[in-house]
Amino acid sequence: MTSMQFILLFVVAMIAGMASVLDEAQFHRPLVACTMVGMVLGDVTTGIILGGTLEMLALGWMNVGAAMAPDAALASVVSAILVIVGHQSIGAGIALAVPLAAAGQVLTIFVRTITVFFQHLADKFALQGNAFGIEMCHLGGLLLQGIRVAIPAMLVAAVAGTDTVNSMLSSIPEVITRGLQVSGGFIVVVGYAMVINMMNAKSLMPYFFLGFLLAVFTDINLIGFGAIGLICAFFHIKGLERELSAAAAGHSGNPVDDVDDSDLM
Amino acid sequence: MATKQLNKGDLINIFIRSNFLLGSFNFERMQAIGFCVSLIPALKKLYKDDPEEYKRSLKRHLEFFNTQPFLATPIMGIIAAMEEKKANGADISEGTLSGVKVGLIGPLAGVGDPIFWGTLRPVLAALGAGIALTGSIIGPLIFFIAFNVIRLLTNWYGVMYGYDKGTELVDEMGGNKMRYLTEGSSVLGLLVMGALVAKWTSVNMPLVLSEYDNSAGEHVVTTLQSILDSLMPSIVPLLMTFACMYLLKKGMNPLLIIIGLFAIGIVGYACGIFA
Repeated sequence: MTSMQFILLFVVAMIAGMASVLDEAQFHRPLVACTMVGMVLGDVTTGIILGGTLEMLALGWMNVGAAMAPDAALASVVSAILVIVGHQSIGAGIALAVPLAAAGQVLTIFVRTITVFFQHLADKFALQGNAFGIEMCHLGGLLLQGIRVAIPAMLVAAVAGTDTVNSMLSSIPEVITRGLQVSGGFIVVVGYAMVINMMNAKSLMPYFFLGFLLAVFTDINLIGFGAIGLICAFFHIKGLERELSAAAAGHSGNPVDDVDDSDLM
Repeated sequence: MATKQLNKGDLINIFIRSNFLLGSFNFERMQAIGFCVSLIPALKKLYKDDPEEYKRSLKRHLEFFNTQPFLATPIMGIIAAMEEKKANGADISEGTLSGVKVGLIGPLAGVGDPIFWGTLRPVLAALGAGIALTGSIIGPLIFFIAFNVIRLLTNWYGVMYGYDKGTELVDEMGGNKMRYLTEGSSVLGLLVMGALVAKWTSVNMPLVLSEYDNSAGEHVVTTLQSILDSLMPSIVPLLMTFACMYLLKKGMNPLLIIIGLFAIGIVGYACGIFA
């Protein structure tokens, strides 16, 4: 690895780490992070394929409310470095990604806890009317999130590709890497399950089954499913509108009607 | 005294800062610093002649704040409009400002989470990942560009619309429109999710159940997969999805479930059930 690649790798790891807390531009998603690492290390194709594979794994990893998801940033950056520099299989990349995601989750929880210190510092700056100080507190938290990915990534980059690491990685038996690749075909169900649970809409599950059956028995592509979904959403909203306006009309009607309605419910 | 007014430049400044809302996320007050930092351009301008009120304004926007990040922008717009009125002498108490924020973060997260995290990102990511598996750069590009265009437009119009409408928007959000938006996007998301369970998974079970030569002399092999395919293709990933939903509802860590599925894959491959 050249020193230029080393520097660029540091920049990519910082960006991925900061994006993992911001959750805005999505540089931390495997699809983007692995591709960027691939570009820096001169093997974009492997980066893209690994990114696509890990994206399936991480599809449902999302930070909703105060809940912390497994960390896609560290998993993507570090496993991409090891796979590309050490010429390992995608299966080995999957094997590495899961423990790395757990480690990254621990690190981000740690950073989010010590950032409480910046929160209290910001309170002090507010009392002094020091807006610049508050901005620096904000930046401090953000940089810590970048560093918590960049430092492990640099440590791994320093040893990646050496004989010791390569022999360690190739000592993973084939049945494991092949088995992991087989599981890679269906591991995405965890993501689907997380997304469905998050929507928490039992009464809308028939639409899920409709999508499933159409996909099993027809050749419609994803764009087609998007269009069908929009049409279903349109009719669903129309139905909801009728339901809600009927309910509103019921309330403004005479009291006797109200009693009748509630009896029927 | 001249009226204090925010101009387009101030709002653009808020929009730029809104892209860094979660930078200092912490477990005590979550997005509090980010919200305050986003509003600083407005506060600085509105209270430049009143240092005491300026300090109070910084302090009051460091209170707990947490919502879906893209939909925090209309709240920033509304609060900027309210602070502007307050700076010009309107009787708006700190309690009112705080009430608007606290009242909006819940409903907006309720709308934003299913739209952005439940539908938009997984659908675009699955689309991009499917293409990326062939090694094409189009995959990551589709995901990155489409998601960010929609996100930036949301943040931009969020700040501008929130500021224009001000407190009017608070009443609008209490109405049925938000519910239509949430349910509509959930319908779309669930339908596509159902399709993805069938299309974007691959399970192959070549375990041979019976093998014989029929009367015509043809060799007939019946595998577990061929039986499943004749009954209902993709039934295995569907059942796996339901099992995962159940385990997640029981509070199981998703990483443990992933490790469990990997174990099934490795053992299944070793025994020849999966390939």
